[in-house]
Amino acid sequence: MTKEKAVRAVGLRRTFNGTTAVDHIDLEITKGEIYGFLGPNGAGKSTTVRMLCTLLSPTGGRATVAGHDVATDPGAVRLRIGVALQDVALDPKQTGTELLRLQGRLYGLSTRDLDHRVQQLRELIDLGDALDQRIATYSGGMRRRLDLAAALVHNPEILFLDEPTTGLDPISRARVWAEVRRLNAELGMTIFLTTQYLEEADELADRVGIIDHGRMVAEGTPAELKRSVGSDLIIAHVDGEAERVVRAIDVIPAVHSVEAHGNELVIATRNGSAAISPVAVALAACEVRVRDLTLRTPTLDDVFLDLTGMRIVHETEEAA
Amino acid sequence: MTAITDTRTIAGRALRAVPRDLEAVVPPVFIALFFFIVNIATLERLTEATPGFDYTAFQMATATLLGVTGVSRAGALVLDVQDHYFDRLLLTPVRRTAILLGHMAADVAVAVALTVPITLLGLVLGVRFTGGPIGIVAFMAIASLWSLAFAGFGYAIALKTGNPAAVNSSFLLFFPFLFLTSSYVPRHQLSGWLDTVAGLNPVTYILDGLRSLVLADGMQWDQLGKALLAIAVVGSISMAMCFSALRGRTARG
Repeated sequence: MTKEKAVRAVGLRRTFNGTTAVDHIDLEITKGEIYGFLGPNGAGKSTTVRMLCTLLSPTGGRATVAGHDVATDPGAVRLRIGVALQDVALDPKQTGTELLRLQGRLYGLSTRDLDHRVQQLRELIDLGDALDQRIATYSGGMRRRLDLAAALVHNPEILFLDEPTTGLDPISRARVWAEVRRLNAELGMTIFLTTQYLEEADELADRVGIIDHGRMVAEGTPAELKRSVGSDLIIAHVDGEAERVVRAIDVIPAVHSVEAHGNELVIATRNGSAAISPVAVALAACEVRVRDLTLRTPTLDDVFLDLTGMRIVHETEEAA
Repeated sequence: MTAITDTRTIAGRALRAVPRDLEAVVPPVFIALFFFIVNIATLERLTEATPGFDYTAFQMATATLLGVTGVSRAGALVLDVQDHYFDRLLLTPVRRTAILLGHMAADVAVAVALTVPITLLGLVLGVRFTGGPIGIVAFMAIASLWSLAFAGFGYAIALKTGNPAAVNSSFLLFFPFLFLTSSYVPRHQLSGWLDTVAGLNPVTYILDGLRSLVLADGMQWDQLGKALLAIAVVGSISMAMCFSALRGRTARG
């Protein structure tokens, strides 16, 4: 029996003044799944979310969300989704309670249902008395939590979270992760989560789609994606260009593949502990100075590097 | 949810925001009351040559339009765009047109409220309305409808640009509308180019309609009709602009 699809997109495309932001994306997300959409800044994650949430019309292709076409039946889509966009979408002049109540009224909740729901959300986001104060007085983390609560007022079937933890401190981030897990586990809510944090996708997502330059470059469970790189990785940082030692490493029998990125060597192997000594010997034979040599299991960052030749640089790292 | 419920919900939010945003409504009413009194004090003598001419009643229409022209929630709407709250509204099932109509319904309520102190001052200063309470209601209704028609320009700029400074610049439209007309002296005392421009300015006919309710002995239906027609002409242009800007913004995402 085929599982019901919460989100389905075929050849989804969006251009802005001739520039392609999303380029023929295909998606199939099963009900109850947490789907991580991973990619660097400007990869097309938010544009995809805005199309799926009916905020932006696709230039081409087709998408259905909760069984309704985003282009021809957007009202039905909006009734069934909750969205927390990358930038918190709040009115600083309202109090948190006023905002949640207004949000509920816009979804047609009765006064009684609203009272009940606001009380539930009050406990969920744990803002205490601050919920009755103006949003203008809230910290970034409080605003993010209220934004999430606003997305949940009407108990949506599908929750879109566009980089929900960007800019949050580690404690707030852990709290959001816990909430995402709880919503999925207890309510069976389908969650579409975009992120530029590899560990976030790894921690939360049942399946991950990797997007780069508007195109989907890989999709699978985190374990599948990491296995595609190799069982173990040996990472070596050398002085100068690593390219010159690739051939010497590649001939080692235990080595599955080797790639050079600047001064970094990424060596995939099925048995890291067996391969690390021959690698060290080969590097010494090539007379390169090795700064460090690390053996570890692959991460999604390695998958991204393998697929695109680049590592994901976060906004905060770029700023630094 | 019906379109009316949608509009009422958005209007309710806009009205609740008014007391927190007094800087948007107090200055216009202060300016209106200030110029009402100052203009009477400085210009009344110029009309003494016309026996029986009630300059206080004449000035009340000008003061009222000074108070209600340009008062709208367009500034708040542009902040919604900047704070991304507009996106949150668009993500709900609420009808797009209701977002604008709700703000406009709130504008009409605020405009009615703003006419009250000016009308009260007029009554205190001896102005009497043709038709009594019906005349007062008609006066407030015309002023509020004009306020709404003019507000459409502010919303169009807000939605087109998403820029508060641009919305503030819509105030510039206020000057030709309010001053190239019979604001301070009767139309027959205007001459040359100003008389020509006043003839083309819809506000001239709105002022005539309002003044007919405080200067004439009976209801001047032709003048009231012209006032409503002038509002309809300006309103149809401004509404076409702002609803087109709304479509553009929602299409841009």
